[in-house]
Amino acid sequence: MGELKLLGASLSPFTCRVEWALKFKGIEYEFIYEDVTNKSPLLLNSNPVHKKIPVLLHNGKPIAESLIILEYIEETWKTDPLLPQDPYEKAMARFWAKFIDEKCSDGVRTAFFSLGEEREKAIAVVLETLKILNEEIKGKKFFEGETIGFVDVVAGLLAHWLPVFDEVAEMNLLIEERFPSFHAWSENIISIPFIKENIPPRDKMVVAFSGFRKKLLAAATNK
Amino acid sequence: MAGEGVKLFGMWASPYVLRVIWALKLKGIEYEYIEEDLSNKSPLLLQYNSVYKKVPVLVYGQKPVAESLVIIEFIDEMWKHNPILPEDPYERAMARFWAKFVEEKFIPAIFGTFSKLGEEQEKFMEEAKKNLRILEEGLQGKKFFGGETIGFVDVVGGWIAYWVPVIEEIIGIKIVEEESLPLINKWFKDILDFNIVKESLPPRDKLVALQKVYREMLLGSSA
Repeated sequence: MGELKLLGASLSPFTCRVEWALKFKGIEYEFIYEDVTNKSPLLLNSNPVHKKIPVLLHNGKPIAESLIILEYIEETWKTDPLLPQDPYEKAMARFWAKFIDEKCSDGVRTAFFSLGEEREKAIAVVLETLKILNEEIKGKKFFEGETIGFVDVVAGLLAHWLPVFDEVAEMNLLIEERFPSFHAWSENIISIPFIKENIPPRDKMVVAFSGFRKKLLAAATNK
Repeated sequence: MAGEGVKLFGMWASPYVLRVIWALKLKGIEYEYIEEDLSNKSPLLLQYNSVYKKVPVLVYGQKPVAESLVIIEFIDEMWKHNPILPEDPYERAMARFWAKFVEEKFIPAIFGTFSKLGEEQEKFMEEAKKNLRILEEGLQGKKFFGGETIGFVDVVGGWIAYWVPVIEEIIGIKIVEEESLPLINKWFKDILDFNIVKESLPPRDKLVALQKVYREMLLGSSA
């Protein structure tokens, strides 16, 4: 269905999530690796407003922002839908996707890349959101029920990135005793082939994020 | 057009609520409006929106939908006449992109011009103007973002046309100058002239009074 390119970066959870959606639907695409420290003219032209990855290019037309890309994929390739058909269920899926991005993953990023009071505040926010997600997933295999769907693809980044951040930055967020249902869901989600085969290797991530953390701590002590 | 028991929990001075009112009016949907006292939220609101405890909340039958952007998309999918989002998936992606831009870039900037003083306020002022210049590009010389009639981005961002002059009056500084933002300036006029907008704006003097009190509170707390 036309020429499809995905501009992305290897450690980016938002790039991953787009890849998961494409793989789930069996859509072929060309992955173009972006060095975010040295952005290509293609990226800068495709996303002049934010200059960020991921960007999907469909027949040369760029779409930016991962949740918007996911909705575009849903609406363009209608087989194997990730979103429910019922408008109310669809609204619920969108609500949770927004919640995950605006409250949880934002908080996680802040917590990892900050220190002191800012970090403590961000951790408190993340714990609150994990409590809510734990309630929401209770008794269900996936967020929409028995089958994998939109919210699982959006939340999947938490399953893989949180344990790495917990290890590298000692954040103690995804604790099984605290959030048993969410923990069970996260173990399940990263075992699913189309996700498992499309995540950056854990050891590579630990090395890279340890590096980021060291730099942050060094910069703080050098002030 | 009857909306099978549509209720909207709102607050008269909330632009987020106003968005939903415009969406309902565009579709000619009858609804029951419930005014919330945000300093004393009703048990029903807290039950319907237990995650955020905020307005707007739309209740259809007994089912609540929260988050204004999610609500607007729900309305558009439940009632298919007078579409708010375009049909074409790429155009839909563009509409969602600009709506997200208003939320994530413009709102924090305009809030900063209102809640800060001195150098900090100036920084936010420049940011807000820059964002409006970028938003102008999204308009692409059309009357509205939706073309000849208002669409998704107009519904999501149109409140700016009414709120910015109010903010300008209170802070005593002009943000939208006709010379530097001619297309936005014209868009403001066209939005405020649109029939359903005209008939649903909150009373200006009441809004100015409330925003003045709010500003005092914000400036006082950051001292």
